[in-house]
Amino acid sequence: MPEIKVTPLGAGQDVGRSCILVSIGGKNIMLDCGMHMGYNDDRRFPDFSYITQNGRLTEFLDCVIISHFHLDHCGALPFMSEMVGYDGPIYMTHPTKAICPILLEDFRKITVDKKGETNFFTSQMIKDCMKKVVPLNLHQTVQVDDELEIKAYYAGHVLGAAMVQIKVGSESVVYTGDYNMTPDRHLGAAWIDKCRPDMLITESTYATTIRDSKRCRERDFLKKVHESIERGGKVLIPVFALGRAQELCILLETFWERMNLKAPIYFSTGLTEKANHYYKLFITWTNQKIRKTFVQRNMFEFKHIKPFDRSFIDNPGPMVVFATPGMLHAGLSLQIFKKWAGNEKNMVIMPGYCVQGTIGHKILNGQRKLEMEGRSTLEVKMQVEYMSFSAHADAKGIMQLIRMAEPRNVLLVHGEAAKMGFLKGKIEQEFSIDCYMPANGETVSVTTNPSVPVDISLNLLKREMALGGPLPDPKKPRTMHGTLIMKENSLKLVSSEQALKELGLNEHQLRFTCRVQLQDPHSDPDTLHRIYTHLKSVLKGYTIQHLPDGTVMVESIVIKVSSSAEDTNTKVLLLSWSYQDEELGSFLSTLLKKGLPAGIC
Amino acid sequence: MKLYCLSGHPTLPCNVLKFKSTTIMLDCGLDTTSVLNFLPLPLVHSPRLSKLPGWVSKDGNINLEKELKECAKRVFVDSQPEFCLPEKELLDLSNIDVILISNYHCMMALPYITEHTGFTGTVYATEPTLQIGRLLMEELVNFMERVPKSQSATCWKNKEVQRMLPGPLKDVVDVWAWKRCYSMLEVNSALSKVQLVGYSQKVELFGAVQVSPLSSGYSLGSSNWIIQSHHEKVAYVSGSSLLTTHPQPMDQSSLKNSDVLILTGLTQMPTANPDGMLGEFCSNLAMTIRAGGNVLVPCYSSGVIYDLLECLYQFIESASLGTTPFYFISPVANSSLEFSQIFAEWLCHNKQSKVYLPEPPFPHAELIQTNKLKHYPSIHGDFSIEFRQPCVVFTGHPSLRFGDVVHFMELWGKSSLNTIIFTEPDFSYLDALAPYQPLAMKCVYCPIDTRLNFHQVSKLLKEVQPLHVVCPEQYTQPPLTQSHRSDLMLELQPPPMPYRRCSVLNLPFRRRYERVYILPELANSLVPSEVKPGISVATVSAVLHSKDNKHTLQSVSKPPPAPPSKKRKRVMEEPPVVQAPKPLLSGAVPLEAFLATLQKHGISEVKVEETADGHILHLQADDTLIQLEADGTHIVCDNNEPLRTTLRDLVLRFLQKL
Repeated sequence: MPEIKVTPLGAGQDVGRSCILVSIGGKNIMLDCGMHMGYNDDRRFPDFSYITQNGRLTEFLDCVIISHFHLDHCGALPFMSEMVGYDGPIYMTHPTKAICPILLEDFRKITVDKKGETNFFTSQMIKDCMKKVVPLNLHQTVQVDDELEIKAYYAGHVLGAAMVQIKVGSESVVYTGDYNMTPDRHLGAAWIDKCRPDMLITESTYATTIRDSKRCRERDFLKKVHESIERGGKVLIPVFALGRAQELCILLETFWERMNLKAPIYFSTGLTEKANHYYKLFITWTNQKIRKTFVQRNMFEFKHIKPFDRSFIDNPGPMVVFATPGMLHAGLSLQIFKKWAGNEKNMVIMPGYCVQGTIGHKILNGQRKLEMEGRSTLEVKMQVEYMSFSAHADAKGIMQLIRMAEPRNVLLVHGEAAKMGFLKGKIEQEFSIDCYMPANGETVSVTTNPSVPVDISLNLLKREMALGGPLPDPKKPRTMHGTLIMKENSLKLVSSEQALKELGLNEHQLRFTCRVQLQDPHSDPDTLHRIYTHLKSVLKGYTIQHLPDGTVMVESIVIKVSSSAEDTNTKVLLLSWSYQDEELGSFLSTLLKKGLPAGIC
Repeated sequence: MKLYCLSGHPTLPCNVLKFKSTTIMLDCGLDTTSVLNFLPLPLVHSPRLSKLPGWVSKDGNINLEKELKECAKRVFVDSQPEFCLPEKELLDLSNIDVILISNYHCMMALPYITEHTGFTGTVYATEPTLQIGRLLMEELVNFMERVPKSQSATCWKNKEVQRMLPGPLKDVVDVWAWKRCYSMLEVNSALSKVQLVGYSQKVELFGAVQVSPLSSGYSLGSSNWIIQSHHEKVAYVSGSSLLTTHPQPMDQSSLKNSDVLILTGLTQMPTANPDGMLGEFCSNLAMTIRAGGNVLVPCYSSGVIYDLLECLYQFIESASLGTTPFYFISPVANSSLEFSQIFAEWLCHNKQSKVYLPEPPFPHAELIQTNKLKHYPSIHGDFSIEFRQPCVVFTGHPSLRFGDVVHFMELWGKSSLNTIIFTEPDFSYLDALAPYQPLAMKCVYCPIDTRLNFHQVSKLLKEVQPLHVVCPEQYTQPPLTQSHRSDLMLELQPPPMPYRRCSVLNLPFRRRYERVYILPELANSLVPSEVKPGISVATVSAVLHSKDNKHTLQSVSKPPPAPPSKKRKRVMEEPPVVQAPKPLLSGAVPLEAFLATLQKHGISEVKVEETADGHILHLQADDTLIQLEADGTHIVCDNNEPLRTTLRDLVLRFLQKL
């Protein structure tokens, strides 16, 4: 039985370093190749030694697919391709291909330049890695090789985020990456057709959350920011340079305009300008509204939001600052946080998910005394707010996607074990399909049952369809017969006669002849007629003919009558049939041996 | 399989393909050359045009002075210009399931089809095709509605009257298929029926047919289409280019192995080299400006203009035109320039890599930023304030019958310092200029048509090897004006099947196979046996299910076992239920081996007699005959059913079952 095997190397019952291996129809695919933000040691990257102990991965993988540019989905890519070694194709969408190297370089700088780590990938490696990237367009069917094809769907998580369908023959797997089922201020909602994959690998970040309406959350967010500004506080919003940041900027920009607010809004990092430029050039990946109006007013040209300078940290008075990175684990956002944490008028709004081990995660869990490097502790007095703006599908959205795609199995990744367990139960109950949640390094295999595609001769098919009538009759299914010819890789189903002809074989006729003696005091023609009448009454549903040349035909069986030379009352019946009528012939010879019943005229 | 040809224009095709159970319209081109027969629509009152004399036949019998005006010995219709629509009477257009659009120039008749024929299907197009197509339609509507003309001339169309008119009006055909322009309302409604597709996306139509757009290299988002089932493949080639301009290169390999290739949209200027034309364009432009004249470039607002601007971007400095203002005037000028920058996925590799930097893919962004290129929605408003001469103006419509270009013709036509440079190949420049004669301005004709020429297409066809080629009849003979140029036509073996407007072609298909799926349970139950080295056969008895044009075969479910019959005696009297019919047999029964087998089964008293065709075996103990021949075996056996069945099975051992 064909099997599909899935092994997460990362993101199995966890969020971070997404990396999932899929084996399907003899092909091996790596889905995402991310890093873990919560670790600084080996656990930062997926354990590629699972694939092979010694050396390069090229011969073990047919392709690598990256779902979007977040580092927990692509952060290990240069390490994998350049340091472990992989030269095959890496697929990602155009925006991902554009933005991914920038974030990788950023990440490299923080790790190597700031933390002084060695044995890390270099700028050149990022460049070399990106040369192996093949861009992917939405809905385009890309033929990786003769058998393996992939197709990207819109995922709506960040600019360029894609879900991907992997297909070999009639077997298929869909990997969602991270996705969002509700359109937001700059992106549209994820969509997939009813592609009925054998396996749907879905993220489950918000496996147990049902988020309230988007509008409410936005109002909430604006209210909190506004209140804080009113009382003279500073608001820190840690974000990643691309993605959520643009959505919140659009939100604040329109709010500032409407309320005529004067407090400055800053956006840190030199990336901003560039980031917004990417959004302008890839406007076709944003939502309907932005796409429609971009000629008149480009939503990514902000009037109220200005670039931030480090010296502004100590400026008096209220301000709103977007600073990177989003989980307060390093960089400017952490620096600002340290400065502002002590003042209860200030506020930090965490607009996205924080992985374990980061400061973001700690303060969200209510920790108010943080141990910093150098044994100092930091007391957090500022308000800490969590706003789920992170564009992941919630439980409702995940169920909705399952309903859209109609998979035969579901496999959960990118979530916490306990929450996954709950969702798994819900999925199995609601859809009556199997749901898996393997840990890292654990393999799930499901057997598939693919149908065998065969070329049927049109003659045979048409004959069958004509006989069967336009609608199938469930009570009387018609059986069709044919010969399947298997030659090299082709499978052809033809009628038996055609098969003989095509294979250049002679037909071998197997015939039987049987003489039956019968006592019947009538003339030969009368006897024959009596036989005809008798058979008519016994054999319902058969073609029986009394032919003028003195024979009776039952289907293709010939019956002849002659009188015995010695006794005219003894008739000799001659039955002759071919192998194709064997059952009937055998039946008739036995039946006629019993004689004709009385009372037949 | 049939092809209905609704347009006779080779580059603005409209064909309908009936393929399996689907009806597919291929493109929806609008023949706009009809507007050349009309008077231009001036934006501001033109005393010259309004003073043109009306036309009265020489004998004075026909007086159409209200409808027809005479200018420089030619007669023009004084009415809202009309376009020649695709044929609507050849087949019922409400049955069309889908319309496949290949590029934005080939969709301009869409509102006429989707809004006025009862069309209920879907239109497939790429995103750039939809967006830029929308702009071109919007522009057309805007051009027409800006200068409304209440008069609609119809009298001249009367057959009896038309016959009497001077040429070329006398000779135009299908005049009753000419219609006025649609409204924005109709455009929006038509375009709401478009479903977006990406290159190489496989779109299933009713489970019977799969269609897929391929990059054609001609314009942003332009595509050729593959229409195929599992065993038949039609390639539709329309407007393709092998030149490296801005669009993604043409995908040639996917066109391979098609049964039929429908070929339309070859270059209209087979003798003009686009690169040479571009050079001529630049030098004429520079010459005129240096002499203090203005340059007018009538053009569409998307397409070649991007390449012209790119060419000028490199040329401006070297030709010291840095201070010359370049104006692009169109109601959709801004949108067209903006849209061109956001379709990175659809651009050639060079341009694509620019957005990774991130930089706009086309250099006209820089021309705009540095104020060298300015764009305006029309000559009114800001333009009239900022207008400086000498200058270069890009504006439409290339037919010179409507749009802002009409104004510049009136303005600049009288001075020989000015030059008009034709770059669009769709209209004959002499015809375009006719209602402006006499004209003092210089005319330069450098049509730039990047579509395939005959040389390229014959090379392409050699490569992709279609079994049959269908093309407009114009491609099967040299152009009328160059009848000696046998290199300007398609010469193929077998010869291409030509079509013209209203042709109905039977496409030469031999459909022999169809795809059917054997369900796993049935597949596992099949018993293959090898009949020849490498060839195995298995007999299949199955139930066929056909749903949504997909066929599956599944095992015959066994009827529930009959309840044990009480009257055992009667069992034999029940006629046998027809089960699977016996397979056909093949092979021969070898005498020696068969005798040995008989021996093994205790049949030893066999007398063998040789005959002309084989042997007769006489089983003396049982008075039974077996006749063995190369292609048949005959068992004659009375009154001994057990023996007969034994012999039957022994014979079967030596034969193959099919």
